[in-house]
Amino acid sequence: MTGVLEAIKAAIPSAGVEILKNPSPCAQDSLVVAANDARAVAEFLRDSLGFDFCSNVSGVDWLPKKVKQEIVHKETVEGVESEVKETVEREIPGFLEVVYHLFSIAKKSGPLTLRVRTGNRVGDVSIPSLTPVWKGADFQEREVFDLYGVRFDGHPDLRRILMWDEFADHPMRKDYVAPDDFEYEPTPHDEILAKVKARTEAA
Amino acid sequence: MLDEELKADLQKRGIFVASFEDLYNWGRKNSLWPLQFGLACCAIEMIATAAARFDMARFGAEVFRPSPRQADMMIIAGTVTKKMAPLVVRLYNQMPEPKYVIAMGACAISGGPFKEGYNVLKGIDRFIPVDVAIPGCPPRPEALLEGLIKLQEKIEGQRLFGPHRARHADTGDAADYPVPAYGAHDLEPASNPGVFRPDPPRRDGE
Repeated sequence: MTGVLEAIKAAIPSAGVEILKNPSPCAQDSLVVAANDARAVAEFLRDSLGFDFCSNVSGVDWLPKKVKQEIVHKETVEGVESEVKETVEREIPGFLEVVYHLFSIAKKSGPLTLRVRTGNRVGDVSIPSLTPVWKGADFQEREVFDLYGVRFDGHPDLRRILMWDEFADHPMRKDYVAPDDFEYEPTPHDEILAKVKARTEAA
Repeated sequence: MLDEELKADLQKRGIFVASFEDLYNWGRKNSLWPLQFGLACCAIEMIATAAARFDMARFGAEVFRPSPRQADMMIIAGTVTKKMAPLVVRLYNQMPEPKYVIAMGACAISGGPFKEGYNVLKGIDRFIPVDVAIPGCPPRPEALLEGLIKLQEKIEGQRLFGPHRARHADTGDAADYPVPAYGAHDLEPASNPGVFRPDPPRRDGE
């Protein structure tokens, strides 16, 4: 992974690429690429490093989350120097992420995981399409557009692929609310049971 | 109505007597032509039912027609997605009377394992009347044959005249069901209240 990163940095010095460590036992690290540089990096990976096959494109919806961080700083109180630990809460804004898995059939290597992130979850949801680089990404980028609402700039045919064209929502987003067309359940439980109770009380 | 004793007596002498209704229904029930379409994995079982081992031809239902104009019954074999539902209803409307519907498998009956999802219709009975429902995921070919036999029994018992005549014999009832439209969040309408009247939600014992 570091070799790939160095090669990219050497070829495109301005590229915003960094390694995202995977702490789990599989240790499959990935490359996070800035949206503006994604196209150039992808072309370099295909043409110079031989990643000729994009096997999989998927989407991830990251909600905004709060992270607690401990900051240790030195403080001098009445002439005595001591270390003080302070917990700072920081909010990481939400964003949508598109993950590409690349293989090199020529070099028999892979997968290389590429992550491209949008600015946020609602307004700034555009990233450059990698379909012009790997043709196989076409339908899968359409699927990510359909279910997550990521707009792929430069995609040759960006339409919904699973849901109908008139559909307005993006069902795989974490804040999606499914239509309430529940009518009958013989053994309701949890959310459905709450709905049943609300309806019986209303009736 | 023909006296059953007289009928049996005549039959012993080699004379077969039947009412027009019996003859007509006997003909109909033994040549049910299904509409040839499958929606999901249940269709594989339907194909197996039609093939040599289970041989649906034994019941006169082997002539799968690729056109709804030539079909007598519709086997809803599989998951009906909301995207597919309007097309299924349109196909049903295009079938000539008398027409029957078999809902095959958990998905066609209620949405099955996808019932709490966003993209699967929670049962085709929301839009068109279902004559026979076959549970299973998927039902075995024997179950489909059993469903077919049940449908044959239903046809055999249908009356063509009188106050209790079958729907198709009642000329005042045009079996043309509204095709749902693709809406911004769901099908519009989400069900046809003329066909779909479920029990109110309840929990057993409450």
